[in-house]
Amino acid sequence: MPVSGGKRVRSLWLAYRLRWKRRRFLFRIWRKRKQISVKVDRTGGIGKTAILAFVTVRNEVERLPYFLAHYRKLGVDHFLFVDNGSDDGTAAYLADQPDVSVWTTAHSYRLARFGMDWLGWLLWRYGSGHWCLTVDADELLVYPECETRDLKVLTTWLDEQGCPSFGAIMLDLYPKGALEDVKYEPGDDPRDVLAWFDADNYRHRWHHYYGNLWIQGGVRERVFFAQDPGRAPTLNKTPLVKWHWRYAYVSSTHQALPTRLHDVFDLEAGTKASGVLLHTKFLPMIGSKTKEEMVRRQHFENSSLYTAYHQKLSQNPVLWHQGSCRYQSTEQLVKLGLMSKGGWV
Amino acid sequence: MTLGVVMLVHTGFDRAAQMVRHWSDAGCPVVVHVDSNVGKKAYDQFVQSLADLSDVRFCARHRCEWGTWGLVAASQEATTLLLEEFAQVQHVYLASGACLPLRPVQELRAYLEARPDTDFIESATTADVPWTVGGLDRERFTLHFPFAWKKHRRLFDRFVQLQQAVGYKRAIPDGLVPHMGSQWWCLTRQTLDAILQDPNRATYEKYFRRVWIPDESYYQTLARLHSRKIESRSLTLAKFDFQGKPHIFFDDHLELLQRSHCFVARKIWHDANLLYQVFPRPSDPSIASQEPNSSTIDRVFSQAVERRTRGRQGLFMQSRFPSTDRQNCIAAAPYAVLHGLDDVFPDFQSWLTKQTGAQVHGHLFARDRVHFADESTTYRGGLSDSARLRDYNAKMFLTNLIWNGRDDYHCFQFGPSDSQDIRWTLAKDTQASIWVVSGAWSIPLFASGRSASDVRAEAARLQRIEDLFLKRLRSPQAYARIKITTLAEFIEAPMEMLQSIIDEIAGHKGNALTEVPKMADLKGFPDFLQDLKNQGMHPFLTGNITVGNTGKSSSPQRRKPYVISQK
Repeated sequence: MPVSGGKRVRSLWLAYRLRWKRRRFLFRIWRKRKQISVKVDRTGGIGKTAILAFVTVRNEVERLPYFLAHYRKLGVDHFLFVDNGSDDGTAAYLADQPDVSVWTTAHSYRLARFGMDWLGWLLWRYGSGHWCLTVDADELLVYPECETRDLKVLTTWLDEQGCPSFGAIMLDLYPKGALEDVKYEPGDDPRDVLAWFDADNYRHRWHHYYGNLWIQGGVRERVFFAQDPGRAPTLNKTPLVKWHWRYAYVSSTHQALPTRLHDVFDLEAGTKASGVLLHTKFLPMIGSKTKEEMVRRQHFENSSLYTAYHQKLSQNPVLWHQGSCRYQSTEQLVKLGLMSKGGWV
Repeated sequence: MTLGVVMLVHTGFDRAAQMVRHWSDAGCPVVVHVDSNVGKKAYDQFVQSLADLSDVRFCARHRCEWGTWGLVAASQEATTLLLEEFAQVQHVYLASGACLPLRPVQELRAYLEARPDTDFIESATTADVPWTVGGLDRERFTLHFPFAWKKHRRLFDRFVQLQQAVGYKRAIPDGLVPHMGSQWWCLTRQTLDAILQDPNRATYEKYFRRVWIPDESYYQTLARLHSRKIESRSLTLAKFDFQGKPHIFFDDHLELLQRSHCFVARKIWHDANLLYQVFPRPSDPSIASQEPNSSTIDRVFSQAVERRTRGRQGLFMQSRFPSTDRQNCIAAAPYAVLHGLDDVFPDFQSWLTKQTGAQVHGHLFARDRVHFADESTTYRGGLSDSARLRDYNAKMFLTNLIWNGRDDYHCFQFGPSDSQDIRWTLAKDTQASIWVVSGAWSIPLFASGRSASDVRAEAARLQRIEDLFLKRLRSPQAYARIKITTLAEFIEAPMEMLQSIIDEIAGHKGNALTEVPKMADLKGFPDFLQDLKNQGMHPFLTGNITVGNTGKSSSPQRRKPYVISQK
């Protein structure tokens, strides 16, 4: 496509600025590397082709059993956790797992770019040359055919295609009825309790600065942010990347630098392959977590702007509505158009 | 008569060794070529692991980089050795370490023995077949390609552009007609001998060394010179995606592969244990003579290419985000925009629902909230009725609505008092039919009972907005189906437009209209418009409304549909 001279200069200038931005992030990551201290280090056992998972956690002992089981089944070989001051035994639980290495820190989650500085350092040190999955403890990755094809198959295919990354949209799962009226036992599949989701109220737009697709919408926007959609949560993520130490995530895994990493969509009419991150935020512990967050204020840049959101959330709301969709399978998600097989056969 | 195998290996040595053993056990001599990029240690280990097999040879090694001459040199080297060492070999099968025989080798041998003179090599002229990806077809043979495409893409492209710009063309050696096709062939000894001992071999080689991807054209072209009988197809099943990259087969492709009855398939994933366990399938005389048939696989893979390159119409998602600047078919299904009709007929919405059974929404883009067909607060797919959420990204709101309910036909009311961000999208979308009664906004103003001087400013505002919308609809970029009438024309003969709307929505199921919607009471309306004019606000979009044409709401006889008998 012919590009006019002015546009070309501007895009070169933007690329140059982003390059420096990435270097600043790397410097910041390097500067904060001592904020985390190792508790259990089993990284010696990481094989050359291992698939790694990087997670920051705080008080997630209830979610972790299923989380680990889910990703082990998907073929993750080693987990690298940063525990941010849990007091419910999370660190001890993780330390007992044979395929987990644990770091701990008591520093501020918010000031560490919501954990990305800590994970950035682990990615830098251990992730280079590996396929790396960067997720939260309440995110379960699914993708087309994931029942029969684990991440090793997916990453082999991506390698063959020359794709350095794989995109996924966050899909909030919620129960029928009030949030805290359901029971969840550690180890259960959260999809049994949180069986419902919003099928298609997602808005996509092009992010002019980073060049990623910016997706908002979903149940949280519908219920909590109808009056202020600009603040609704961002749902696009690029959780799976074949890492190089020079790469850096920008905010959570929404954007990554260099920008080709989050270039996971097709601007022509075609479709690339993509997945879904099932978001299990709304398990019954949400009430107590929200109350804690209202005091700690570690999850948003301008926490005061989110007070109303947290207040509503702590009042045991109902997110379900008549048109909610019941989760059945990955095939269903493909059919609804939430994810796609692209050219994958 | 025997089948000999030339195997090119560069990685996955355990699987390659397994395959060599497999061919060898079935009585086929094998010559293995290992890429010279492979380290000494790995190579020695590999050779060692096959040391017990007497009819396996390793030939001199060449550097094999994708798309370069090295691959041809490697197969020449290995073939020469094979033909020299094993005099009984009649057919040579070119395979790689990732090729897996699906059927017993005996069946392949029997197949070839029944066709002793046939060369199986896919070979087509570039002029006739648009296979190539990247636009270089004929030019593969007429330009120089000294730079590796994979490593020095930019240099490669620049050099191609330079040659194109100066109009450079290489001469093709006399007698050669460039052909190309799959690099995996099975040729007879005679043909290979003729190719390898051709007196002009040095000339041809010199030429093909600088052709792009010579392994897809060297044998394909030369076989046309020397072969007695060519079957232009490959016995190896290999699928490629839209970028020309090979597809990999995984464990769950088992059934597809089983049904193909192909002799050999590639590329098989290194860790596809199930496939390596099941294939080659055990000998079964009842299906031993079956011809290879890959039509099912072909269909599945061409669907994937379609999905990858075209996607699903009207779906905007994380990995499909077609830019509206580059296309004008936006929504997933046809829908109708009814502009001003509900001002003329106050209960138009319920009437139209009754007539067509379609999803007839109210003013989706009203400023207070979204008026869905069922007046619910949350519509299908979780769409909220919040006006703010809708206006945050109006185009996505519309595409989501249509995508969610693409099984139904959707129509909605629209007017100048609605939020207008969507108007360009509507005008550009080929899926939209837009029915406009211009100037209809004046009826609610009249019905409000307020005097002309009170509503003058409001009327002017609505007229300005509607005029802008009409300008969009009349622009050359408006691809929607558009029908615009003035209010005056419409109330003269409303049934005509109503019937067209019904026919379009309900298709062949549309009935002749029996029940007419009730028109708003227009007694005194011409005077109201005259008053507006007297105030200096000319309602030019309404057309010329006089006392004479407001009174009737007749229904002219519907003409009988003209049906051609099928008898």
